[in-house]
Amino acid sequence: MSVRAEARPIAAAVANRPRDGFRTAVGVVGSVVPALLVLIVLTLLQQAEPAIRQFGLKFLIETDWNPVTEAFGALPAIFGTVATAFVALALALPVGIAVAVILAEPGHTTIRGIVGTGIELLAAIPSVVYGIWALYVLAPWSYEHIEVPLSEHLTFVGWVGAPATRSLFNAALVLGVMVLPTLTAISRDVIKAVPRGMKENAVALGATWWETTWRVILPSARAGIFGATILALGRALGETIAVTMVIGNAYAIPQSIFQPAYTLASVIANEFTEATGTIYPAALIELGVVLILVTLVVNVIALLLVRSTAGEARLTA
Amino acid sequence: MNRNHRRRYVSSGWLGVMYVLTVLALIPLGLVLWFTIAKGLPSVIHPQFFFNSELPPCEPSCPAVSDAGVGHAIAGTAIMVGIASLIAIPIGILSGIYLAEYGIARWASWVRLACDVLVGTPSIAIGLFVYAFLVVPFHHFSALSGAVALAILMLPIVARTTEGAVSLIPNGLRESGLALGLPRWRVSLQLILPAAAPGVITGALLSVARAGGETAPLLFTAFGAHILVLNPNAAMQALPMTVFRDALLPYKSLQAQAWGAALVLIILVLGINLVSRWILRRQIALAGQL
Repeated sequence: MSVRAEARPIAAAVANRPRDGFRTAVGVVGSVVPALLVLIVLTLLQQAEPAIRQFGLKFLIETDWNPVTEAFGALPAIFGTVATAFVALALALPVGIAVAVILAEPGHTTIRGIVGTGIELLAAIPSVVYGIWALYVLAPWSYEHIEVPLSEHLTFVGWVGAPATRSLFNAALVLGVMVLPTLTAISRDVIKAVPRGMKENAVALGATWWETTWRVILPSARAGIFGATILALGRALGETIAVTMVIGNAYAIPQSIFQPAYTLASVIANEFTEATGTIYPAALIELGVVLILVTLVVNVIALLLVRSTAGEARLTA
Repeated sequence: MNRNHRRRYVSSGWLGVMYVLTVLALIPLGLVLWFTIAKGLPSVIHPQFFFNSELPPCEPSCPAVSDAGVGHAIAGTAIMVGIASLIAIPIGILSGIYLAEYGIARWASWVRLACDVLVGTPSIAIGLFVYAFLVVPFHHFSALSGAVALAILMLPIVARTTEGAVSLIPNGLRESGLALGLPRWRVSLQLILPAAAPGVITGALLSVARAGGETAPLLFTAFGAHILVLNPNAAMQALPMTVFRDALLPYKSLQAQAWGAALVLIILVLGINLVSRWILRRQIALAGQL
């Protein structure tokens, strides 16, 4: 406390003062966000209760989804969600780190400004615009130039057969583009936060640019980059609209990544307005509960990781 | 070729790879913009596109110039984002002031964490929440509930950007206000907040852009409509919902409308983003002078 008091005199003075009305007032308003978060989770749990009671933990491992017989299992949707997110990250990670390394270099401020703006605009494009673009441009292109050639040449690999235009892979491709800005922005801040002295020492010892980057800078930024990756994972898991438009909406665990699949969020988006009865909507909301709990855990882990390395990184980007 | 030469070549090689990957990362931006403009422009150049409402699909043969438009969706987006801003921006700004001015309190770090978690919460889950909270009790979909869902999305963004902007203001200004005997609330609201205004406005604009482009939370709250609706207590259409629904239908005329709506959306969102970046740059320059 005393160390902090020297660093931020005004803050310490405020903290030691008796609580004034203003502090209480803004504190109460500030508590709206945490209260909302708790309320969201509790409300969804309560709404999903009929389904939770009926199916129990078996909900997570059953593969059926039949509103007529009221048999509901989440496994295909969970699989689709996790698979699209991981394929997307595998595609986006090398690109994201490369851009972050380039953006964190000193010099050429104009070019770096343009690249940085471009990446941030990538984050600003609405998900539905990615969706329509992926549906009419990216998916047909990827079908013709990635899926078909790969499945023809890699016949001995089981999980790249039977290409389709709307597929898990194409959903992951567009997701990869969408999580790129999250990955880049935070990785860049983390890399920039590496003490200059470390880099200068490496250069003074005669290390080349690559040796400095690969052996000194990236290892010391490792935890933060890992945090950025997990944060991007959280975004990828929860992304709804663009994925719904290209994943093909087939409620089954696909045999190949070029086959249609389904994600938790897209099942909800497609079916919730048509769900009647008690169990059907409750089962859909239970999918939402699974989704929100997973993203909550993922986000909290990521935020703690990023904070521990980069101090106050920009997380709202 | 000795070892040091090889090391230098390897280094330049990797630098080249990184530059290539950086260019690769920007290609999707170019492609999205290019195709949205190319496919959306034919719909958007007719002025009635901005005023008329949706028409049933006219297949197989459409008149060359269709009278259909997305006026109802533009109005709906404006109304819902407007209401959402009225809810989220004041609460968000006050939360941000709390975080910046009393940020070392233990509760504040929980609030900060909650904001960052809420930013990353899937928007579809927020839609489900508002459905359970505001649609079920009143037995009908409404633009108001859609606006509340959007407000929940905007709130943490406004709070965190306000915190960032207020923290940029040097302590000297705060201390001189307190030294003159001003109470805390006047220092925060009348001295610090105006000085931080450009940054705060940036945050508000960014949150508006984010809310304007969201589809998922509106699906079960505002629901959508085919005609112009101005009553906030009724189901209402929004631009992203037009893109989502029409793009998936097999009618060429509706697909053309979806591309047009996507173009309008992207111009709005990117326009707001570029303007807010410009404001932010001024804020940083201003804070440097203080």
